[in-house]
Amino acid sequence: MIRAVIVINDQGKPRLVKFYDYQPVEKQQEIIRNIYSVLCSRAENVSNFVQDSTFGPDTRLAYKTFATLYFIVIFDDSENELAILDLMQVFVETLDKCFSNVCELDIVFNFNKVHTILDEIILGGQVVEMSSSEVVKAVDEISWLEKNPNSTARVPKSISGWQGR
Amino acid sequence: MNPFSSETRLRDMIRAIRACKTAAEERAVVRKECASIRAAVSDNDNDYRHRNLAKLMFIHMLGYPTHFGQMECLKLIAAPGFPEKRIGYLGLMLLLDERQEVLMLVTNSLKQDLNHTNQYIVGLALCALGNISSAEMARDLAPEVERLLQFRDPNVRKKAALCSIRIIKKVPDLAENFVNPVASLLKEKHHGVLLTAIQLCADLCTVSEEALEYFRKKCTEGLVKVLKDAVNSPYAPEYDISGISDPFLQIRLLRILRILGHGDADASDLMNDILAQVATKTESNKNAGNAILYECVETIMSIEDSGGLRVLAINILGRFLSNRDNNIRYVALNMLMKAISVDGQAVQRHRATILECVKDSDASIRKRALELVYLLVNETNVKPLTKELIDYLEVSDQDFKGDLTAKICSIVEKLSPEKIWYIDQMLKVLCEAGNYVKDEVWHGLIVVITNASNLHGYTVRSLYRAIQTSGDQEAVVRVAVWCIGEYGDLLVNNIGMLELEEPITVTENDTVDVIEVAIKHHTSDLTTRAMCLTALLKLSSRFPSCSQRIKDIVNQSKGSLLLELQQRSIEFDSIIEKHQNLRSALVERMPVLDEATYSGRRAGSLPAAVSTSQGNPLQIPNGVHKTAAPLLDLLDLSADDPAPQSSSSPNFLQDLLGGDILSSVSQSGTTQPQKSGADVLLDLLSTGSSLAQNGSSTADILLISQDNKNKTSVNALDSLSSPMANSAQSLPASSIMDLLDGFGPSPTVPNDNGPAYPPLVAFESSSLSLVFNFSKQPGSPHITQIEANFTNKSSDIYTDFIFQAAVPKFLQLHLEPASSNTLPGSGNGSITQKLRVTNNQHGKKSLVMRIRISYKLNNKDMLEEGQISNFPRDL
Repeated sequence: MIRAVIVINDQGKPRLVKFYDYQPVEKQQEIIRNIYSVLCSRAENVSNFVQDSTFGPDTRLAYKTFATLYFIVIFDDSENELAILDLMQVFVETLDKCFSNVCELDIVFNFNKVHTILDEIILGGQVVEMSSSEVVKAVDEISWLEKNPNSTARVPKSISGWQGR
Repeated sequence: MNPFSSETRLRDMIRAIRACKTAAEERAVVRKECASIRAAVSDNDNDYRHRNLAKLMFIHMLGYPTHFGQMECLKLIAAPGFPEKRIGYLGLMLLLDERQEVLMLVTNSLKQDLNHTNQYIVGLALCALGNISSAEMARDLAPEVERLLQFRDPNVRKKAALCSIRIIKKVPDLAENFVNPVASLLKEKHHGVLLTAIQLCADLCTVSEEALEYFRKKCTEGLVKVLKDAVNSPYAPEYDISGISDPFLQIRLLRILRILGHGDADASDLMNDILAQVATKTESNKNAGNAILYECVETIMSIEDSGGLRVLAINILGRFLSNRDNNIRYVALNMLMKAISVDGQAVQRHRATILECVKDSDASIRKRALELVYLLVNETNVKPLTKELIDYLEVSDQDFKGDLTAKICSIVEKLSPEKIWYIDQMLKVLCEAGNYVKDEVWHGLIVVITNASNLHGYTVRSLYRAIQTSGDQEAVVRVAVWCIGEYGDLLVNNIGMLELEEPITVTENDTVDVIEVAIKHHTSDLTTRAMCLTALLKLSSRFPSCSQRIKDIVNQSKGSLLLELQQRSIEFDSIIEKHQNLRSALVERMPVLDEATYSGRRAGSLPAAVSTSQGNPLQIPNGVHKTAAPLLDLLDLSADDPAPQSSSSPNFLQDLLGGDILSSVSQSGTTQPQKSGADVLLDLLSTGSSLAQNGSSTADILLISQDNKNKTSVNALDSLSSPMANSAQSLPASSIMDLLDGFGPSPTVPNDNGPAYPPLVAFESSSLSLVFNFSKQPGSPHITQIEANFTNKSSDIYTDFIFQAAVPKFLQLHLEPASSNTLPGSGNGSITQKLRVTNNQHGKKSLVMRIRISYKLNNKDMLEEGQISNFPRDL
């Protein structure tokens, strides 16, 4: 199970914080600070995994850096470490598609859209969808619905998906 | 426009926060913003509710309290519009947790939304439920979720599947309701649905044994086929990750197969072929492919396997180890660690590659690899592996040396085939990383050295060379100093040469040089310096020609501010200067240290029997002490010897050793055996033991363990006071008193004598003085032994000397015969007489005594009388 997905910038400022195990806000901040202090002192050219006991002895942490941001996933031993790296890649690619060339500011100002994207990829600590095109489709639908709250779905794409299988 | 009203847009608030230059500024902005949101909350402002909640989520992310927004989430969720609901659910997941009672209020809204006609609203509700459902909510809403598993839209089905995971985790009883729906979901083609169905299936198997059996029987074949299709499927761009078709689905399939195959030979049999296919066919040049291979290896390791696949799997890990990607090497090492218990032989084949990983540039990989190597070492490969590790120790990072050293030492200690190899390897480690070894390690080395009597010469010569090259490594210095002190003569005379050795020429002066350098080296600490002093004392006896030089070196520490060093140097100086005759016996070579005892101590379980078995054969009645061999009593440290006081002869030195021990054992100090004349010596000894009691470094220096009450033979390394005491017993008292000549008035002496009773001048006239010395039998505090000591300071001889005493009724007095009835003049001799006083009101009243002394001076009767009421209290 994935325990948390966190995005912080290289100054240690949180940009996205999503815990799948409830943590009080002080504890969340403490975890973020600890992770930041580990990551910012980490040498380059080392593995992307950190033994991390934030959530008990079996949890691990994988991180990737993209420009000024650290993407961090905390997970337990029922997850495949290498697959988590792919998952992060999918998440970032999806962000890139949704914001066309995503940068830190996109994430700062659209953090609730980023949450929507994340919710389409991970639900309750489990992966829902690994196809970034599927995620983008769903997120587009949701955005359209937000702007046109009174109509139902724009295109009955889901129906076509249903018929197509 | 006021930037801090509810009219501010979210974007503006974020800008305002980002513009803050200090944390205090940020707090101020957030405080104002929260105040305006609170105001809006109490006004029940509908228009900006979702905007305010969005702001709160941002504020929450920064770590500020936002509990006042919780009810707002509920209101938004209950609102009809999609944008409100979306923010409401988002807020619900971020700001609330399942423990809050507010959450109960949302159950009804969730139920409605799960039945909503808009599938996106259903999706929102499922997502929220899947993230934060409590057990009650799970019970209430399980039927809805179960129904949604068959919803027409796959996006809803997959979310419903994951939501079910949360439900069965919260309420495992509900698991059976989901078994059949999942079985049908597993036949789906939609990747997302399949992926989530497999995860739900895996979780059902972990919460319910029946579900596991069901899926094992009904679904194993189907899942194997799905995996086969996934592996062989044509290129599907949607699910492609770096050229591999849906690696995540393959990984999940491998995982569920692992669960189904674990512990079941039939199910394992079904999946052998496809596992072999995955293991051989998957491309390994991309992370995604390696992720599949990695999962496949783990599955092969867990299922019941005929063996062929396992070799394949471990070979995959071996390939991983030489991969250029750090992550791959990292996971491979983790997996090999698990694999070692499954198939140790197969892992051994990759030893060389694993050893290379110990030298990796990535610290976390090094650490893993080192642990793995440690697990791989056995009797057959210990020599080459240790050599590799020690070679690497020379070039390794400073911060890795600690770990590496600890592991090497542990390997060498555990698996060393012979002593000479052990000593050689340890010396190498000490030379390379002596500052990183723990104290037990070099203590252990010394124990091994003393036991290898045929290697003493070889070892001391090796150490002599080592200290020349690695004098900056504290542990090398200590071991070398200790061995040179013990075996310095072997060094100089090239005694005990092994064939492989080259002879070296070392003069006595060279040897002393080495110690002198060590004691003066600025990095040497108290322990090292104290060891140097002891070594010097020993060398002064081994090399009489250097005696004067050694004395000079020892003298330099006389002014040390460290009490231990000062004391040692003063004591040793007097030994060197005044006691040549006893010195050689005093500094004899240490007896062999008992390895079993030592290792027992290290393990923390010292058998109690050891101390008695060491002590008993050597116990000697007190009267024979004078003739005891000097070192005989070294081991007689078993503290349960109360040192009987019955001996009538005034043997000053009797019980010296007992006194030492009692002072260290009986903290109460009520049972301090004491004899006139011996008390000074007792001080000498109790100094050592009291220091040990204080836990000062004395204990560390020569004690291998700190446990100074369990005296065993290991304590032969123990404080010098023991050998001094023993040899002292073979000598007249007067010369021993001289030991303290160099001491001068030291404030430590009376302090150390604390628990004992000071002698009392009971009577003093111009010509006659009477001194009482007190002692107590252990276990009977109310009985006081008094030794009365009469001295005649006049030039005349007193004859017919009679001493009488009287006590009140609460006391009982027993007088023993005096040693003589003639008291020589000019202080040339004395009369001693023992008294035993029993105090029936011990603790309440002190002793009092009337005395009368009658004697003849030139045939004239003389009489002295007096009362003594200044006895020490508590007698």
